[in-house]
Amino acid sequence: MLRRELYKRFLQIAIVLVGISFMSFLLIYLAPGDPVRAMFAVTGNIPAEEVMEEMREEMGLNKPFLIQYSTWLSKCLRGDFGISYSQGRPVSQMLSERVMPTLNLSLLSLIMMVIIAIPIGVISAINKNEIADYICRGLTFISISMPNFWVGLLLLYFVGVKLKLLPVVSTDMGFKKLILPAFTLAFAMAGKYARQVRGAILEEMNKDYVSGALARGISETEVLWKHIIPNAMLPLLTMLGLSLGSLLGGTAVVEIIFSYPALGSLAIAAITSMDYPLIQGYILWIALIYMLVNLAVDISYRYLDPRLKKGA
Amino acid sequence: MINKKLQFIIFLIFVLSIVTVAILAPYIATHDPNEAVLTEATKAPSKEHFFGTDRMGRDLFSRVIYGTRTSLYSTLILVLSILILGGGLGIIAGYAGGATDTVIMRFADMMVSFPGMALAIAIAGVMGPSITNAVISITMVSWTKYARLARSLVLKIKHEDYIKAAFMSGTKTYNILLRYMLPSVLPTLIITAATDMGGMMLELAGFSFLGLGAQSTSIEWGYMLNEGRAYIESASWLMIYPGLAIFITVVAFNLLGDSLRDILDPQNDDQILKSKRKRVLQTERKQVKRESLA
Repeated sequence: MLRRELYKRFLQIAIVLVGISFMSFLLIYLAPGDPVRAMFAVTGNIPAEEVMEEMREEMGLNKPFLIQYSTWLSKCLRGDFGISYSQGRPVSQMLSERVMPTLNLSLLSLIMMVIIAIPIGVISAINKNEIADYICRGLTFISISMPNFWVGLLLLYFVGVKLKLLPVVSTDMGFKKLILPAFTLAFAMAGKYARQVRGAILEEMNKDYVSGALARGISETEVLWKHIIPNAMLPLLTMLGLSLGSLLGGTAVVEIIFSYPALGSLAIAAITSMDYPLIQGYILWIALIYMLVNLAVDISYRYLDPRLKKGA
Repeated sequence: MINKKLQFIIFLIFVLSIVTVAILAPYIATHDPNEAVLTEATKAPSKEHFFGTDRMGRDLFSRVIYGTRTSLYSTLILVLSILILGGGLGIIAGYAGGATDTVIMRFADMMVSFPGMALAIAIAGVMGPSITNAVISITMVSWTKYARLARSLVLKIKHEDYIKAAFMSGTKTYNILLRYMLPSVLPTLIITAATDMGGMMLELAGFSFLGLGAQSTSIEWGYMLNEGRAYIESASWLMIYPGLAIFITVVAFNLLGDSLRDILDPQNDDQILKSKRKRVLQTERKQVKRESLA
């Protein structure tokens, strides 16, 4: 049962990946600019046209589109995403260097977000239409409407420049450097999640099993903590998966503000320097990671939701 | 309900006043937003320059006021193009069915199973930075939501008798699409678009902040923040005011969108009554139609 489901999902992922790879190859193929010229432009001296023509022939750039695509795809399958134009190093190496910092930032920001969002959502739901609810909803609204780059800049200004609590620019890659970028990301996501938590809890509260439990004399707090909250949290898992997936794709804005070297700033650097192999590698990487995270979330449901385990 | 309507009107006035600022920008601005006076560069806010000046000595207050035009205009174009592309493809997919439907919706599925903004950044980067390209690339990754919505709405009415009647009496396909499908899909799509305005404005400003949207020739808040970022220690006003402008505008649109959704929320008693009445009316009309057809 589970195995068949898994095969199906992996097949789906493979199909989407082929589609994405085709699109990203087409995008670069249609892009203005000449890759050979771009490669030499980095070294500083542009050779004669004949030399470049020879180079193009050697790289297979004169072949028809589909042949170029299939050679490129088969190389990718072997983990060879080509050589970066701007740095002359293998793309796979450059991407893998950035994975750990990206993972650290993503996980810390998700943890911070959960710590902020869940209490706000719960307080808001159990005090529905009271002052506490209005305050929480106001905070939620601010979080949704504030541009995250502005939040980042303000934090950098007040915490870094005014209060001098944390360094504005530092080469140290430790926990201290992670706090502000992670908080910026968490702040931007928290509003969406708090709304979701509030909605989910209010929905659960209206269900029959809650009235049943209350009728049997179980105290309100017990019903809330033992039944409503666990049930309301489950749907959040899908959202968390989606967030983790896109966080792992890099968070360019925040990385640039706090000069934190993860995948997002690498992608922006690749784009500004027209480093096409790096852009292609990056697109494929995030597509893969995003779908794998979502698959993992779907599988974890089987273990967290007993209703699914029984195959009902 | 009256309360909610009052709320809606207040928020509408809020949004309209921002639109007025955009329209009347030349009269509100105290300086020419492009006039650079290098001797006046990076001056702190004062009576002469309400928000200070930037590194070229341009008046920041006037630039923020003029920036309203760029932001509103480009966001409107963006939301409209997403609406047209997504809505159009959704209506076609729903009405045509079969292979057309499969191709469009599978493509949409593929776009959903992928972090769209990363792809949009790549597309914008490859096409070259400009507001137009930012709008095009965000459109290319955001149309799927509208396509799904339009498709499901079309599928709901596709088998209604009046569509069948139109088809059987020889109405041309594009007339059916334009005169029956579009009017029933459009209201929902427009409401969705209205609630999306704030979010889309943030996306666009983010693109400009990354240097992938507006360039130095245009007056845009995100780009101003990008320029001001370098002066965070010496001239903080360069990052405070443009950011505040984005924030206020997005708040206005989000408030309006939320209250619009509140008013149209089917859980409202009023609304339920209305829809019940509507349903009764519809069944009556259907019966009349059936009788007249028979």
